Amino acid sequence: MDIKRRKFLKLAGLSAVAGIGAPSAFNMLLRGEARAAEGSEHGEEGHKAAGRGKERLGLVINVRKFASNKGLAGKCIKACHTIHNVPNYGNKKDEIKWIWVESYEHAFPEHSQYHRNETLEQLPIMTMCNHCDNPPCVRACPTQATFVNKKNGIVMMDYHRCIGCRFCMAACPYGARSFNWRNPREKDSRGRLKFIEHLNNDYPCRMRGVVEKCTLCVERIARGMIPACVAATGNTGAMVFGDLNDPNSEISRVLSENFTIQRKPAAGTHPSLFYII
Amino acid sequence: MYDKGKIIPGLIVFVLIAVSPIIYNRGNAGHVPNPEKPKNAKECVRPVAEMRESHMQMVIDWRTDVIRDNGAREAVTAGGVKYVRSLQLGCMKCHTSKQKFCDECHKYASVEPYCWDCHIAPEEKD
Amino acid sequence: MIDKALKGDARYWIWLTFLLGIMTLGGFSYVQQFHYGLGYTGMSRDVSWGLYIAQFTFFVGVAAGGVMLVLPYYLHDFKAFGRITVLGEFMAIAAVSMCLMFILADLGQPMRVLNVILHPTPHSMLFWDMIVLNVYLLLNILCGWVILNSEAKEVPPPKWIKPLVYLSIPWAVSIHTVTAFLYAGLPGRHFLLTAIMAPRFLASAFAAGPALLLICAMVMKKFANYDPGKKAVDKLCTIISYAALTNLFFIGLEFFTAYYSNIPGHMRTLDYLFWGLEGHNNLVPFMRFSMILGIISAILIMIPAVRKNDRALVATCAGIFISLLIDKGVGLVLGGFVPSPLEYITEYVPTFGEIMITAGIWATGFFILTLLYKVAITVDRQVHG
Repeated sequence: MDIKRRKFLKLAGLSAVAGIGAPSAFNMLLRGEARAAEGSEHGEEGHKAAGRGKERLGLVINVRKFASNKGLAGKCIKACHTIHNVPNYGNKKDEIKWIWVESYEHAFPEHSQYHRNETLEQLPIMTMCNHCDNPPCVRACPTQATFVNKKNGIVMMDYHRCIGCRFCMAACPYGARSFNWRNPREKDSRGRLKFIEHLNNDYPCRMRGVVEKCTLCVERIARGMIPACVAATGNTGAMVFGDLNDPNSEISRVLSENFTIQRKPAAGTHPSLFYII
Repeated sequence: MYDKGKIIPGLIVFVLIAVSPIIYNRGNAGHVPNPEKPKNAKECVRPVAEMRESHMQMVIDWRTDVIRDNGAREAVTAGGVKYVRSLQLGCMKCHTSKQKFCDECHKYASVEPYCWDCHIAPEEKD
Repeated sequence: MIDKALKGDARYWIWLTFLLGIMTLGGFSYVQQFHYGLGYTGMSRDVSWGLYIAQFTFFVGVAAGGVMLVLPYYLHDFKAFGRITVLGEFMAIAAVSMCLMFILADLGQPMRVLNVILHPTPHSMLFWDMIVLNVYLLLNILCGWVILNSEAKEVPPPKWIKPLVYLSIPWAVSIHTVTAFLYAGLPGRHFLLTAIMAPRFLASAFAAGPALLLICAMVMKKFANYDPGKKAVDKLCTIISYAALTNLFFIGLEFFTAYYSNIPGHMRTLDYLFWGLEGHNNLVPFMRFSMILGIISAILIMIPAVRKNDRALVATCAGIFISLLIDKGVGLVLGGFVPSPLEYITEYVPTFGEIMITAGIWATGFFILTLLYKVAITVDRQVHG
């Protein structure tokens, strides 16, 4: 050994000092990086919901309207899944879903109720991607295949870039992401698609090996339309879509007039979906 | 050189085997690709030479621009025709047959782009 | 030097052929998975990571464990490790290779793996894991090979290798820390969201890695006339016992926080793993077995009589290795997904094909390890007679 132990200890001491300093510097860098990548400068700290600043698209879901209008939830799901060619495998293992109905206790697992009333138990909670202002999936993705739209805050997917590592699925606290465990365009012996009933020729499918989820109908919004699920609710007011950061938008009015809750606010993700229970 | 008697005939046999496909197919250019041009459109979004050379890069650039940078989804050709910057909603609206257009050259060049794993080709008439 | 791996007795070739056979079967299974998609495995929407990622995590630990030989030898000049340090470095090479294969096997689009380099993303822990693992592999190939080569020529190793050896020590810590960060930063998974993840990973790694190494050394002692040296074995046992005890201590800490705080999110996964949750108890026997085996082995390895008896020592090391393999290579990752963030309980059972691919990767790892160890002990025998 040509390095003396004392000399090494000195070196080790120095590196320890550097080691203590580095994480904070690294953390600052990381935060800046993550913030920039997520475009979340319009979010506030803590559990608060919306911030002020750029456009941030979101939804208010009025669960009572869905409860009083049976079949409305099904209409939303069908509209979304048909337009986006979401396959239906009929089993839980391969399952892919962009929007679905969840029971209260599963959608809001930390909101306990004593003597839970029956109405609450049967409430159909529409669940989908929360388009978080601070999305953990975007932080986790190693290729930026999922990212935040700089203009309107939508959590986007680039299926061409996804390597299928499923880190985003592990990171999402809302179970909003699905993986293509097999080829969604598999055909039966007569050459018909097995898992997609009506193919929408104006929208692509996905391929096996990539993660998919709700994109808040970014392709419709770009053409001045509203998301398909919102359109399916018609004028029932069960879903309100708009810019959370625009004080004059309908959604801002609804938010200011009603008591709304978000899913898992403690996770610090700042969801852009709000529920009126 | 040692083993001259084995090495030289061996080399000759190897070269013969290696060039046998060329000898076998001599004078035959094979199937020449002839992609079918759209009947109802006169110009493409870019000059033909450019399209031939770099259509894949163009489609990739469209994707990056539209998906990541909120680029325009529509554009106009030099001749003033509006088009959608999209494979499925743009290209395939004029080039209505994947088999007669895309596959024609792709098969010849033996390339298999994975576009159609996700994107849906227009229904073939025959 | 690689020519030394090409000369061996019948047993050596039978062993390699056996491994090649399993590698081939694993390869066939992988081809099937490649064509069908990851639905070939038992993973599902709720349990989206399975055996591959769990095994990957465990073998990152085995790779990092090699540092427990490098560190005493190079930093504390512990001469008795002179002959076996290279075994630690070579084990790291085999283990990191297995890790990379497990990651590849787990990707839905393996052809696009280079996207991670093409679109570097510093806020993703997987990006950093890719970097630290590949650099660690490179460091160990360089250090192990160059130093063994000089030993074979009976010349002192070149000066430039020393800084790389020193670098490989903190680097070993980094690979397992970053791997722990993959899990410890996920907001929706209570069981994995624990600051103690990285230290716990390191403790179990410093037990599992040297335990496997000691087993290999003992096997080579019996079959290949190789002697690691009594003093080295004794020191390794000490390292393993402290690391195993620390790991048990850390597991205890997890139990305390979960059950004393009484926070359901923290308790439910431990409930699932050790007592079963709402009738779902697939992993209960494995986890209990792992825990009991871990405690018994950690006690046994501290007893001098066990350390002196080669058979008893191998059995004890195997006990520690298997205990940690179940704890980290099965329970940790699978448990992290049960219950799901929406509190559904979906159980995961690996498919036959998935197990075959895993076995194939194990065989490949042992294949690499065998070749490298063959070279190492041949050189050792030439030099030490």
